[in-house]
Amino acid sequence: MSAYQQQLSPAAPVAESGPADAAVRWPVLFLLASSILWLLAGSVLALIAAIKLHTPGFLADCEFLTYGRVHPAALNAFAYGWGVNAGLAVALWLMARLSRATLPGGGLLIVAGAFWNLGVKLGVLGILAGWSTSVPWLEMPHQVVPLLLVAYALAAAWVVGALRHGSSPRLYVSQWWLLVALFSFPWLWATAEAMLFFGPVRGTVQAIVAAWFAHGFLLLWFTPVALAIMYYLLPKLLGKPIRAYHLASFGFWAYVACAGWAGASRLLGAPVPAWTQAAGTVASLMLLAPLGVIAVNLFGTLFNGGMAALARSNVLRFVGMAALFFVLALLRYAMMSLGAGTAIQLSWFAAASDYVVLYGVFSFAVFGAVYYLMPRLVRRAWPYASLIHAHFVCSALGFILAGVALSLGGLKQAAELSRGVPFAEVTAHTMPALQLATVGGLILLVGHLVFAFHFVKLAFCPCVRARAAAAPVPAELLRTAPELEAAS
Amino acid sequence: MNRATVIFFGAFFALTLSWAGLLLSNVRSYGVLAPYFDDTENKAYPSQVPGLAARGAQVYADLGCAYCHTQQVRGGEPSADLARKWGGRESYGRDYIREERVLLGDLRVGPDLRNFGVRAPAAAELYLHLYSPTTVVPGSTMPAHRFLFATRQIAGQPSPFALDRAKVAVPAGSEVVPTERAQVLVAYLMGLHDGYDYPEEKQKNTPPKKAGEKKPETHTPEAPKK
Repeated sequence: MSAYQQQLSPAAPVAESGPADAAVRWPVLFLLASSILWLLAGSVLALIAAIKLHTPGFLADCEFLTYGRVHPAALNAFAYGWGVNAGLAVALWLMARLSRATLPGGGLLIVAGAFWNLGVKLGVLGILAGWSTSVPWLEMPHQVVPLLLVAYALAAAWVVGALRHGSSPRLYVSQWWLLVALFSFPWLWATAEAMLFFGPVRGTVQAIVAAWFAHGFLLLWFTPVALAIMYYLLPKLLGKPIRAYHLASFGFWAYVACAGWAGASRLLGAPVPAWTQAAGTVASLMLLAPLGVIAVNLFGTLFNGGMAALARSNVLRFVGMAALFFVLALLRYAMMSLGAGTAIQLSWFAAASDYVVLYGVFSFAVFGAVYYLMPRLVRRAWPYASLIHAHFVCSALGFILAGVALSLGGLKQAAELSRGVPFAEVTAHTMPALQLATVGGLILLVGHLVFAFHFVKLAFCPCVRARAAAAPVPAELLRTAPELEAAS
Repeated sequence: MNRATVIFFGAFFALTLSWAGLLLSNVRSYGVLAPYFDDTENKAYPSQVPGLAARGAQVYADLGCAYCHTQQVRGGEPSADLARKWGGRESYGRDYIREERVLLGDLRVGPDLRNFGVRAPAAAELYLHLYSPTTVVPGSTMPAHRFLFATRQIAGQPSPFALDRAKVAVPAGSEVVPTERAQVLVAYLMGLHDGYDYPEEKQKNTPPKKAGEKKPETHTPEAPKK
């Protein structure tokens, strides 16, 4: 530690790795470690589900691993285990750093995180044991939800507290997105749970509630966290401020105003009022305006900083991919909300669109953030740059393979379903796509294993620690660029 | 700090607006759809879900059938649901008002089940389908639900529900019988049928009379005037 402090330039007003990082070190490490365990669990469960789709005999006699349980278990492990844990960890670190806060009470955060993980564990086991509600994205038995909400509130309150007590006079665009994510998720979730399970609404209004939640979860939790990361890391890594920063505010507000409504487009053609479906279509199309602005911000910065940086920085590659997938995801939703969407909505294409947000946008951004923040948190460099590269290749290759297969297979499935092709033939024609998706899932799992191994090696392995203590802290960790954090 | 407050309230307002616009308004209008009482038949539709089927619906949910099977028949141009005989008409919101949990489904890996009761085979065949899908539908990717069945020694008379020995491998002297969960699930599946066409919805969604005739644009009924 002393070697690190000596190397700091005394002229630097805010160190790259400073007191704000120290305050959140253990909570962030705890949340990240649990999120990575969930990532592995989710990947394994998802792979089992993927295999079952084309080889139904696989593990067929285990009731708790039947497709209708293992698929939602994978989804929930991924969304609530990996997604919320990792999202909170990154939000915590970013918020503490951007607000320059050294708020006490990190122990409370670990308690909150422990309860969150306990709740998700109960929820996922509950799904496997047959307590699933079968409502997509809300399968966890509703009995565990109050526990989860309290745990989440504790953690989120700390993050907002960090903002209030921080010493930074400015509010950076990343913080706007974090605030929206932190606030929207419990709002959406508590409301949806109340309207579906605690006091169920009647008839197909339930489907509207479920669609509102599912889309909101994707567009108002996963995407904003990813955008916060992108808005922070792109200028950081490239040494350039955000391009057309003055537009970021418009992009933000327009996005927040439309995102809540867009969920209704998931019900195109379903037995719900036509005006509700139309509202979803309008919102999905209106989201293209903020999409354009945000894309100008992100890609303008990226091109301005020089594409050569992409070859240098592993973190930048992850974040750049996330930005690309963000554009793709909103374009897909907009396309699916149009007339032909009625057929596409019930195909693999629609499922793949959600995975683009969950994995392509969110997970890629978080991977980048973890590769960026971990060395600053533990004050050691990643032991093997080659493993970061291997993880990137696996994640990109596996996801693009599975995503393209499911998208093309889904379009074909939708066309054949609406043309009246005999059902057995439709099933047979989707098989190649589902088999390719399994291969993709396998590659993803390999990438996640590499990631987990590397994380453990950096965070907990004594030999890496000893080596790091002897060697000087890498210069990259000590770069100071406070002006970039307040690039407004 | 002021900015943060603005963002907080802005996000709150935006989300509340979408909640009020999409959910609250639908709860107030569409969510109060009442059963329709047919005077000539002296009966209310949709009819009450029988107890056995209601328990079957819970099995349907806990096994996650809805991840592969939708329960919504769609009319309109790009849909072949009616041609596939998945229903005599498209589904209306009113069809679902008696259901405790509405599982429309959002992916069609398997066929739609909204009117499965109409085309359902005899219970024995349906049990066989659940036990070994490929025996009934070659090429089916539906998972086998053997865990819904018990293999037991035949004591005295064989069970009338036992699976056909010619079609499933059973050790000599044993039989494969559906458990209670399989029975309620089958009761639920065989009861799936939106048979009644409500005058109000029918008027707004007239089915095509002859081939090639274009259907009206509206896919769904509007909320009833109060």
